[in-house]
Amino acid sequence: MAVLLTLIRRELAGHFLSMRGYVIMAGIQLILGGSLLMVVHKLNGLPYDLPFTEQFPQTQFFWLVLLLIAPVITMRTFAHEKATGTFETLLTTPVSDAQVVLAKFAGSFLFFLIAFLPALAYPFILEHYAHRPMEVDSRAVISLGIGIGLFGAFFMALGCFASSLTRSQIVAAMITFAAGTGLYITGYLSDLPPSDPQWWHYLLRHTSMLRHMDDFSTGILDTRHVLLYLSLTGVFLFLTYKSIESRRWK
Amino acid sequence: MAKHENDLQPMIEVQNLTKFYGSQAAVQDLSFTVQRGEIVGFIGPNGAGKSTTMRILAGFLSATEGTVRVAGHDVSAESEEVRRRVGFMPENNPLHEDMRVLEYLKFRARLKGLNRAESRDRVDDVMEQLSLTDVQHRMIGALSKGYRQRVGLADALVHEPELLILDEPTIGLDPHQIRTVRQHIKELGRDHTVLISSHILPEVEVTCTQLLIFHEGNILAADTPRGLEQRLGGRQRITVELNAPMEALNKAWEEMAEIEHHRILPAEGNFYRSALTPRDGEDLRPRISALAHARGWPLRELTRERHTLEDIFVHITRVEED
Repeated sequence: MAVLLTLIRRELAGHFLSMRGYVIMAGIQLILGGSLLMVVHKLNGLPYDLPFTEQFPQTQFFWLVLLLIAPVITMRTFAHEKATGTFETLLTTPVSDAQVVLAKFAGSFLFFLIAFLPALAYPFILEHYAHRPMEVDSRAVISLGIGIGLFGAFFMALGCFASSLTRSQIVAAMITFAAGTGLYITGYLSDLPPSDPQWWHYLLRHTSMLRHMDDFSTGILDTRHVLLYLSLTGVFLFLTYKSIESRRWK
Repeated sequence: MAKHENDLQPMIEVQNLTKFYGSQAAVQDLSFTVQRGEIVGFIGPNGAGKSTTMRILAGFLSATEGTVRVAGHDVSAESEEVRRRVGFMPENNPLHEDMRVLEYLKFRARLKGLNRAESRDRVDDVMEQLSLTDVQHRMIGALSKGYRQRVGLADALVHEPELLILDEPTIGLDPHQIRTVRQHIKELGRDHTVLISSHILPEVEVTCTQLLIFHEGNILAADTPRGLEQRLGGRQRITVELNAPMEALNKAWEEMAEIEHHRILPAEGNFYRSALTPRDGEDLRPRISALAHARGWPLRELTRERHTLEDIFVHITRVEED
């Protein structure tokens, strides 16, 4: 356990020892701030039919951040260590492969949460400056937060896996971005008007990230969604573990 | 009691080790044993299988076939036990450049299972041992290559391993740094078993008690540096430049029974350059210098050819073919 904590601390510190971590955080706040601005613009002077928590994930900037942040945070995890050779010094200490994978994931996930943390203040900023009394449903904020956390966990696991496949950070980032964006786009396909609904249409409805996020943002904590993202995270962590272990295959 | 039993076991036992990368064999049917307390040198050209063997011993890769035991523990079945006992410095000595020396060594000590207090003590000890205390707060990325090499050594040592594996520890260093690192390795050899690799023979022959010569995934020869030298003894030519009449020189070399073959060529001034091939491994230089002194011949050069790795390969592969 002490070893795992040491590894996680190192992973997290790695983000803050160079400019990289601060640049990523600033970039995220810039784009999310744009998202907030769009929502404020929509709400300004118009009667609004949707609460803020539901509007926010519907802006394109929000998804841009979610899809971009994963490759940017995770591309380094394994690829960088493989390229510099520190991967070899790491795995010849008495740490287990599982500890390494968990630490890389936990480091990325914690950084993701830290980077998103300021967004938690947005609803309350709006509440403070609204002309008319506005009520923030804190339960919807919490469920949206949980949703973002679950998406983050899945994307970080996906990114770690991509990074474990290669020595090149660019390749890792491209794999993660392409896979994430691909999944996101399939969500749109399910929204196409069904002239003749096929079986895949129903499948896409269930896997649509857009629909999942809509549920989370309206305060619905659907256990199916929660389980889906938790198990996807588990699957990709397992694949990462196998990918790391493969160097010992005969 | 258990410790005593352990002490009798060889440090490394490798039996019929084979490693394939895809269909390419990096190491083929390798067997050797290393006793405790030895300093063993792996020599051979790049791609001969030295690094692969070291990575398997350090528990980074698995063997395709064969058994490898370190301190009595199987490298694949008891990998963590083995890694606890091994200090490994890979080729090119990779380090986290964004960390400070002290911070890095403490991080490494903790990974190797030392608790907070132990790691503080051990890091202080190894920094002292390798004269790193002055740079402990410097960024590793900003250190010179010699310092970086010592940080790598400190890391390999920090958990007091029984076996130290150093892959090309002196590569890319300047002669002064090489001397320092070599001195450190020699000191470490007093209470550790050390394995070092190199593709330059003089690099390892001064420090090692045992040499293993690698060639195309096999061990061509395993011997002490002295034994190796004796095997090649007949080929160690001596070059002498003396200011003496040619006939006198001719006569002197013929009278010396240990010289199998000689050739004399005129050199600059009144000097003659003689190339002497001794019959066995004996070093004739003291006798030649005594001779020059006794006859009053001015001597301006007296050298014995060093064996290069190539000589050894040529020699050994030829013996095997015969």
